[in-house]
Amino acid sequence: MKKDFQDTDACIACSPRPATALSRRAFLRRAAVLSASGIVLLSPHAWAARSLDGSSKGRLIVVFLRGAVDGLNVVVPHGESAYYDARPTIAIGRTGASDGAIDLDGYFGLHPALAPMEGQWRDGTLAFVHACGSPDPTRSHFDAQDFMESGTPGVKATQDGWLNRTLAVIPGTHGPTEALSLGPTVPRILSGKAPVANIALGRAAERPMPMDRPIIEAAFDRMYTGGDSISRAYRDGRQARMRLMSELTQDMTEANAGAPSPNGFSDDTDRLARLIGRDPSIRVAFMALGGWDTHVSEGAANGQLAGHLKPLGEGLASLAKSLGPSYQDTVILVISEFGRTMHENGNGGTDHGHGNVMWVMGGPVKGGRVYGRWLGLSPGSLYQERDLAVTTDFREPIAAVLRSHMQFSDAQIDRVFPGRPRSSGNVAGLIKV
Amino acid sequence: MNPLAGGFVLIRRDGQTYRPEKSAVIEESKRDQTLHVLNRLAFGPRPGDFERVSAIGPERYVQEQLHPESIAIPGDLSERVIEYRTLHMSPIALFVEYQRPIMAARRDAKAESEDKRAIKDATKDLRIQQRVVMREVVEARMMRAIEGPRQLQEVMTAFWFNHFNVFAGKGLDSIWTGAFEETAIRPHTLGKFRTILGATAHHPAMLFYLDNWQNTAPGSPGSKGKFEGINENYARELMELHTLGVNGGYSQADVIALAHILTGWGLPRGGGGGNRRPGMQGAGMGEVFPFMRRRRNFRRPGAAAVDPSGFYFDAERHDFSSKNFLGHEIEGGGMAEGEHALDILARSPATAKHLSFKLAQYFVAADPPKALVSRMAERYLATDGETRAVLETMFTSAEFWDPRYFGVKFKTPYEYVVSCVRATGAPVRNYRPLYGTMQILGMPLYGCQTPNGFANTQEAWLNPDAMMTRLSFATALGSGNLPLENPPFDEEAGGDGRRREPAAVPRKGVGKVNIRFDSGPRGPKMTPPDPAQLAATLGEYFSPSTANAVEAAPTQLRAPLILGSPEFMKR
Repeated sequence: MKKDFQDTDACIACSPRPATALSRRAFLRRAAVLSASGIVLLSPHAWAARSLDGSSKGRLIVVFLRGAVDGLNVVVPHGESAYYDARPTIAIGRTGASDGAIDLDGYFGLHPALAPMEGQWRDGTLAFVHACGSPDPTRSHFDAQDFMESGTPGVKATQDGWLNRTLAVIPGTHGPTEALSLGPTVPRILSGKAPVANIALGRAAERPMPMDRPIIEAAFDRMYTGGDSISRAYRDGRQARMRLMSELTQDMTEANAGAPSPNGFSDDTDRLARLIGRDPSIRVAFMALGGWDTHVSEGAANGQLAGHLKPLGEGLASLAKSLGPSYQDTVILVISEFGRTMHENGNGGTDHGHGNVMWVMGGPVKGGRVYGRWLGLSPGSLYQERDLAVTTDFREPIAAVLRSHMQFSDAQIDRVFPGRPRSSGNVAGLIKV
Repeated sequence: MNPLAGGFVLIRRDGQTYRPEKSAVIEESKRDQTLHVLNRLAFGPRPGDFERVSAIGPERYVQEQLHPESIAIPGDLSERVIEYRTLHMSPIALFVEYQRPIMAARRDAKAESEDKRAIKDATKDLRIQQRVVMREVVEARMMRAIEGPRQLQEVMTAFWFNHFNVFAGKGLDSIWTGAFEETAIRPHTLGKFRTILGATAHHPAMLFYLDNWQNTAPGSPGSKGKFEGINENYARELMELHTLGVNGGYSQADVIALAHILTGWGLPRGGGGGNRRPGMQGAGMGEVFPFMRRRRNFRRPGAAAVDPSGFYFDAERHDFSSKNFLGHEIEGGGMAEGEHALDILARSPATAKHLSFKLAQYFVAADPPKALVSRMAERYLATDGETRAVLETMFTSAEFWDPRYFGVKFKTPYEYVVSCVRATGAPVRNYRPLYGTMQILGMPLYGCQTPNGFANTQEAWLNPDAMMTRLSFATALGSGNLPLENPPFDEEAGGDGRRREPAAVPRKGVGKVNIRFDSGPRGPKMTPPDPAQLAATLGEYFSPSTANAVEAAPTQLRAPLILGSPEFMKR
């Protein structure tokens, strides 16, 4: 399960090794040393205290489904017979049929593997924006992901990512854990000026680095005492690592003897929820999941896509629950670079398409609705007569989140998405004001 | 301000420190100049470099480096570079050996089964074998950067590659990137700019990366399928990034004109190159790139022959009309139009300024002195774009030798990793921990997706997480825990005797990096560098706080601290 969700690209290095019992003990020892040394770690209590001071601290989590998820099988237009004509073997059955779609609004239905998220839909904190995507016509994963992460479709020279700019446009200095990336490297979407902390996915998150050893930390601490930018970056890095690793260490003591859950993604979302619960300074977080490029044997209610959606739905539902009160201040976006062809291909799969569905979840979301402008699936309404057309630019729902949830001004949003299109009104009301 | 300007401390061999007398000031400035040239013209000192350059003087070192042909390459190093077989293959040979079998296997598998998974499995081993190409490129680059004596050439190879960036994760560039660097970049690092510009413009790696191979005149005889219209991608970047610069005085109309001028600059494909006869496989271009095959033979008289490098000008897709480009009337003349446009671009004052700025930014300061950039641009125009002359103007300028610019450039991940290994003199057989660390730090070698290449400023590379990674790397290397001596990959893995090639460049520029900064229970420990030797290699140039921290640390932590010191983060 876990493997499926890692980036499908080849691994360049040694095979992952689980943290050994020894390293866990070393961690506990280290944590003890830290608390003895008077380093204050923020507790859930601190979060509550911060919330009470009245400042609204919206939080944004972005989950990127790399490889282009088939949005028409995620939020299924079960009221559309053209959908069933186009997909003889991979269509999701009509509502009421066995393994049929979970009805959302009488016209759209949810893939049955996403049943764990039904609760969020019913309680009005889950919405979808259909026929959403990038205006750029590319069907290259490489270019489309790049554009969706830079936030500037068609402009390749953009150096930083929009999620980093989201932080960077907030005035003032930024703490070391305001942006969190789950994954081994800082992804394109988070590259830029604002500092980014990252923790590895899965059990690699718990693997120690030499910098975690107190004797080494102490030695470098003596060297990096200055007020220069390198020393400041060093101290920010130390602080971030300490906080994150300390939370993870605590996880390990709480987890029942380390039996890994069968659902790697849930492990990661739980870890993320705990970090957020304990560290209120996290403002944006990002993780990417691979394995959505279903050219072959996509399956319908069961099969390849279902096998990927199920843990994703479980993980997101569990994230909503384990965020606890923080869920009220969090918006979670699930995005993917483009959608897939309306017609199934000769291999029981779908090929690269255009428009897709964006998922929007969280306390501030006015959910229980499918937003967007739906043109139907007749050949004339399709993009190049084959794909769902993009009627809502992907930047529009994000801009709505930035405006109503993060309290950004139009000028700030323009800096996050320079050259963004004018509002189409398609997502009006998406976020509670 | 140089944080070190306030004074420094020498660490003696016995580990004690002392502060120098005032009479030592002249020697200090000499020492600082020596370190400066080793930090800027080279990737930092190796053991023995500091002493040698001190002896001949920094000015002489500069002259040596400007004439790499006068510097002998140790026989052992040339032999090891020669052993990288794929590094010396042409794009066509690489395609024939590493791509065509994959296509053939796919075809055979398709004939047998419709199951795409089975088809994918049938090519899996071949695709893994193909990875050897990028591994060899990565290793050869790092080996020469770490050990090679022609350091300025290595610095300029990295500089020009980055200037003319291609992304090895994009399709066929996973087999062509090495050939690109080896033939289009490396031989021309100090030569005329027009030469390197032309070499990159013709190279299949660039034609593929920036899509010009598909750039086709609408309505031309060859306009069909994949080749149905104008693709502006390369034309735009050619002006914005490679030559004039973003504010270089061109308009969208110039981009379109240049795109039309460059129509037909591409790759050989089925039918287009003619001579597609039975028994000519490998030589007949129609068989070389069958994936580009689009139609039956149709050939316009006068189409240029196929270049051995894999370049092909397809007259059938070219727009033969006359164009107005940057105020020049360019007569419709086929491929010559493109050469003419490259001449215009290479001779432009905007190009002179853009390149001079980039060079000065790399070698002098993030915000280079304007007067220096102007003088370099003048020299560029006076010499018709001789890179060596422009560099000489810079290296003999007062600005280059101004101590306020010494030690102020924050190293990129590439420069940091390479300079660390150079400083320790550690022998390297396994490059994975090195390029893996660069990936973690966000600078995978040959892994920059965007055509503008990686930045070389502190703003781009200094961040908290990166500092933790750098110091963990320094600690691992400095305590002998980085497995650089292990075989590069486990030849026994899988039990079937197959060589398991890791992908040296991940397809998306980022991959699952899983570098361990300790050798683990399996790995042999390397001999850790001797801290006193390391300090001597680096000219014993440390701020008081660094010196104090090193002094206070237990012996086994001194080398990690030196490699992780703020002074060593900069060059």
